[in-house]
Amino acid sequence: MTFQDVQNKLQSQLSSSILGVEDVKPDPSLKIAPRDIVTVVQFMKDHLQFETLGDLCGVDYPAQSSFCVVYHLQSYTHKMVVRLKCYLPREDGAEMPSLTSIFKAANWLEREVFDMIGVRFTGHPEMRRILCPEDWQGHPLRKDYVTPDYYNGMPVPLFFEDQTTVTSGETHS
Amino acid sequence: MIPSDSVVMTSVDEVLSWGRRNSLWPLTFGLACCAIEMMATGASDYDLERFGCGVFRATPRQADLMIVAGTVTLKMASRIRTLYEQMPEPKWVISMGSCSNKGGPYWHEGYHVLKGVDRIVPVDVYVPGCPPRPETLLEAVMMLQKKIRVQESSMGLLGALRKPA
Amino acid sequence: MSISQELVEGRLSQTTENLRTDELLLNMGPQHPSTHGVLRVVVTTDGEIVRAAKPEIGYLHRCFEKHSENVDYMGVAPYVDRLDYLASMNNSMGWAIAVERMVGIEVPRRAEFIRVIVAELQRIASHLLFFGTYGLDMGAFTAFLYAFREREKILDIFEMISGARLLYNYMWVGGVSRDMSPEAVTRIKEFIDYFEPKIDEYNTLLSFNKIFTERTKSVGIVDEATCHTYGLTGVMLRGCGVRWDLRKDLPYSIYNEVEFDVPVGSGQMGTLGDCWDRYFVRMQEMRESVRIIRQLIDRIPSGPHRGKVGKVVKVPAGESFTRTECPRGELAFYIISDGSAKPYRVRCKSPCFLNISTLNEITEGVMVADLIATIGSLDIVLGEVDR
Repeated sequence: MTFQDVQNKLQSQLSSSILGVEDVKPDPSLKIAPRDIVTVVQFMKDHLQFETLGDLCGVDYPAQSSFCVVYHLQSYTHKMVVRLKCYLPREDGAEMPSLTSIFKAANWLEREVFDMIGVRFTGHPEMRRILCPEDWQGHPLRKDYVTPDYYNGMPVPLFFEDQTTVTSGETHS
Repeated sequence: MIPSDSVVMTSVDEVLSWGRRNSLWPLTFGLACCAIEMMATGASDYDLERFGCGVFRATPRQADLMIVAGTVTLKMASRIRTLYEQMPEPKWVISMGSCSNKGGPYWHEGYHVLKGVDRIVPVDVYVPGCPPRPETLLEAVMMLQKKIRVQESSMGLLGALRKPA
Repeated sequence: MSISQELVEGRLSQTTENLRTDELLLNMGPQHPSTHGVLRVVVTTDGEIVRAAKPEIGYLHRCFEKHSENVDYMGVAPYVDRLDYLASMNNSMGWAIAVERMVGIEVPRRAEFIRVIVAELQRIASHLLFFGTYGLDMGAFTAFLYAFREREKILDIFEMISGARLLYNYMWVGGVSRDMSPEAVTRIKEFIDYFEPKIDEYNTLLSFNKIFTERTKSVGIVDEATCHTYGLTGVMLRGCGVRWDLRKDLPYSIYNEVEFDVPVGSGQMGTLGDCWDRYFVRMQEMRESVRIIRQLIDRIPSGPHRGKVGKVVKVPAGESFTRTECPRGELAFYIISDGSAKPYRVRCKSPCFLNISTLNEITEGVMVADLIATIGSLDIVLGEVDR
């Protein structure tokens, strides 16, 4: 089975959900309508032997003013990976349907996307941060993210803009 | 050969620091890559035990040396401070590796990395390297032992009577 | 009537009905000797039984993906080394292959040979550390000393080749950073001759030790369905009997030219997919790694050790998802390039992240001591979980 076969099968069965193909080198990807992602993935799992969710991540495109959630479905039978992409409007309340009902791996991976990019997943059992602390502000992998100066009273940068060294803690006498 | 019934005269400070510097008990506390080198230092080839420093304790209550081995993140920082406060006096800290010294390779974009463990706990010896070789850690332990030797030890003994600063 | 009298008369069972019992929330880590780093597990226990074990991660989140957007393709390599710091050679090989695939760089034959030899040595070193620390988790201290004795020999070889002991920055895009000297080749040959009989020694020492097998058999069972739904790869998958290894099934580099077997779990001590199976798969993999090195070490062709690659690697616009088999599973790099000197986005799919996410499911209802056995058998490295 090749990427072309997967594309043909999906287009014949779920034509309204497939928005097109991104012919990027070296691996092409399929554009999926965000609201239909669960249907498409379920179909690929049940009928095309894509047993595993290999990866799930988010990408920020401020120039196109969109977020992109990227799914990599992995098949042991066909020895291949197919990439699905969902583009969302770039806004704070961006939402996607969760894949946790199909793959349990999606649980942590979606939490990471929420933490890093700020896309919420509807239907996720616990949509909270995973890597950064719970009280962290902002989503670090957005392109316009600015590192905070202080977190809980601790200075974050090594130097501040005016080149002064941050004062160190006490030392032993 | 000193006869066994002879008397040695010395100061309290000297005896205390002799005891302290030759039985440093480090905390089993690995953060990242450097922890593997710390384990290697404690293992067969380098044998940290030769310096009286190999009794890794799993609880801070029994330890008097904290080797901060690895990258300190902001999420971890408050826990390290807690661990430090749980250790009984007198206590010492070795900052092992560039990350815990000044953020290491993560100093520029590391939004979640604390740039130097000395921002949260006082550090006695800094060990450079990414990661430092086990020999470097041994050197740091010996340097700390020298430092303990010249420290005014009885202050530590009377530490409980001292008013908190 | 006092409790002691009741005990004597065997009537205490009647009173337990009225005893109030509670679930206890136990916080394990981030500083704990058995969590292999800064993992925190929030354990809900009912007496000695684990009701839930929820891992909390992020205590070593070092912003790898942010860094890689701000340095060029060569500059990412040192950060890649620090992901899984027990297997940095394998990591950076994955990164190098991912970039080479996007640019279309041909790697010289000599470099391919050196890469595979070094990657397999690193696999041995990584599994040795697992062997040692898993012994420690199970209360056997001696294994740790044995493992480090041999591991130091590998590190000496690496130091000879690359100049560093733990984080090497050795595999560069287009080849390797330094050539392998004839002395290093001799040392590697000596090492594999020395090391192969040691695996039997480990098996005698730990693998078939009664105490050890009792602690690990039929504990932390993972079946194939769990593996697929959680996306588990590597030893986790092979431990439950699935013969899947990227080196064999989708060969990269020169793995298609060497002969080796893919060991899988057999359930010979207890149940298929238990901790002992995973442990023993790793022990067998060390033997296979020795076999691979033995086939290659005498045939290293002469030639350059690095292809013609400029100081700045020019990557055309595109996207790639490249998987390699690391000691802990399939490490994949998803690179988005917009044609500039720096990657637009780098995503590292780390095997440990998914491996540890199963902990809650596979430890439900086990004893607290078995929880430690299970965490150890997942063989996680927090640098890769949190990135």
